Amino acid sequence: MQRSHLPREAGVGFKPEHFNAIKEDRQPIGFFEVHAENYMGAGGPPHAHLKHIRENYALSLHGVGLSIGSMHDLDRDHLSRLKSLCDRYEPESFSEHLAWSSHDTVFLNDLLPLPYTNETLDRIVQHIDEVQTTLRRQMLLENPATYLLFAESTIPETEFLAEIARRTGCGLLLDVNNVFVSATNHRLDAEAYLADFPLQHVGEIHLSGHAETVDETGAPLLIDTHDKEIADPVWALYESVVARSGPAASLVEWDDNVPAWPVLRGEAQSAQAILDRVGKQAAA
Amino acid sequence: MTQTTQASFAAPLLDRTLPPPSGLASWTGAEPVKRYGVYRNNVATGLARALAARFPVTEKIVGEEFFTAMARDYVLEHPPSSPVLLHYGRGFADFVAGFAPAASLPYLADIVRLEDAQVQAYHAQDISPIDARVITRIAPDRLANVTFVFHPAASTIRSSHPIVTIWSMNSGEQPLAPIDNWQAEDALVTRPELAVFTRQITPGSAVFLLALMRGTALGQAFEEAVGVDEQFDLGCNLADLLRSGAVIDIITEPSLEA
Repeated sequence: MQRSHLPREAGVGFKPEHFNAIKEDRQPIGFFEVHAENYMGAGGPPHAHLKHIRENYALSLHGVGLSIGSMHDLDRDHLSRLKSLCDRYEPESFSEHLAWSSHDTVFLNDLLPLPYTNETLDRIVQHIDEVQTTLRRQMLLENPATYLLFAESTIPETEFLAEIARRTGCGLLLDVNNVFVSATNHRLDAEAYLADFPLQHVGEIHLSGHAETVDETGAPLLIDTHDKEIADPVWALYESVVARSGPAASLVEWDDNVPAWPVLRGEAQSAQAILDRVGKQAAA
Repeated sequence: MTQTTQASFAAPLLDRTLPPPSGLASWTGAEPVKRYGVYRNNVATGLARALAARFPVTEKIVGEEFFTAMARDYVLEHPPSSPVLLHYGRGFADFVAGFAPAASLPYLADIVRLEDAQVQAYHAQDISPIDARVITRIAPDRLANVTFVFHPAASTIRSSHPIVTIWSMNSGEQPLAPIDNWQAEDALVTRPELAVFTRQITPGSAVFLLALMRGTALGQAFEEAVGVDEQFDLGCNLADLLRSGAVIDIITEPSLEA
């Protein structure tokens, strides 16, 4: 089984509108990440872009549609599409979410939450075993941003993720923005969550922007929107993670209201500066 | 969470008449309707935005607000069945044609069809078009029986509205201006290499191309084209077709004597 092995540097989510700028010059970017489902067409510019990225940079393939948290069987057709992409582009890492997104024959196009119980744990472990066996590689599983909880949950999220990693050998993708969003939405302490997070399994970190609203009681409700710059408290949490973990592959995601290339590259350089300043001290 | 509880979480996401599922929790209350509403909104708006990315000129014509409302209706009636959304919305043109609030824009559904053809072309398999000179090597007495294999990116769209002009003006290919000469326009969409091309073709060419795309032999396709356009010029049309990059092979059937 090939282990996830992204460079411990800052990367960005690739957007086609940035392709010309990226192609012009070698970019100071440790790796690029793409959403796997956008490259499942037969041919055309998407594959031409991905080929260029693959030939020049480290690559992370990030799935958004496998529905690993589904209580039904995995979609085997989709899994074989993922296998074809992995075989064709040989990414340094493949990752997916602790969430579900399909039900029956409908793809709901959102990362939906699930209760954390022994029953759901068993099912997800089974699914991740199947993914890793099929792809013949270790996958990373990402912590979700959630807006509500389930009365039947019995296991804390950090413990749930740690147990999945222990039983399957998968790595974890720590989305620091998701930690901040969920902690705010559930009035939990993000630092305490991170203190409990099994950092030894983390193969990649995600950073992104979120939107702020309120629920019907006036309590803050943050939405994981990926449509703006990374918020200051998320940078602070990131710094504290890097101080503990040392340098880690760190991705800036910006999927909506996509800015000009220099703005996105600037966010990645901010992450790189933290890796250089804080991460190397931690590693020393 | 059993399959049943997952089903009860999924159903109200698409059916707004259903209440949120039971068993939810939040620190602010046991019936977090607004929090569940975030997922509802993510599903409908996310898919509507996926359609907007596929049909940008349609969105420009009607505006973002109108498009999103129309697309959300489509999404809730026809949610995708695959996590690969590159081809989601193949039925959107038919939906738009029957969408009452858009009835004052009778050309809108054909713009959707044109943009759908462009997206199919964008993602089509990469294949090199045939060298245009190949046709000169075919014996003249065999030409009538040849058939053409088309590039998967190539398609012909017919409309009784000036769709190519409307599309060009709203995609920035030509400046916006009043259309004085409102007439039917047909289009050929191709992608010989990486760029998608949309060009206007005459009604005779459209009939000719549609016949060839069905696998009709050249001689018969010519007859059909002449049926709608007495002035139809076979030589010019054949040269244009081969230059367009829409053809990847020409099949010469063995003659009966051979």
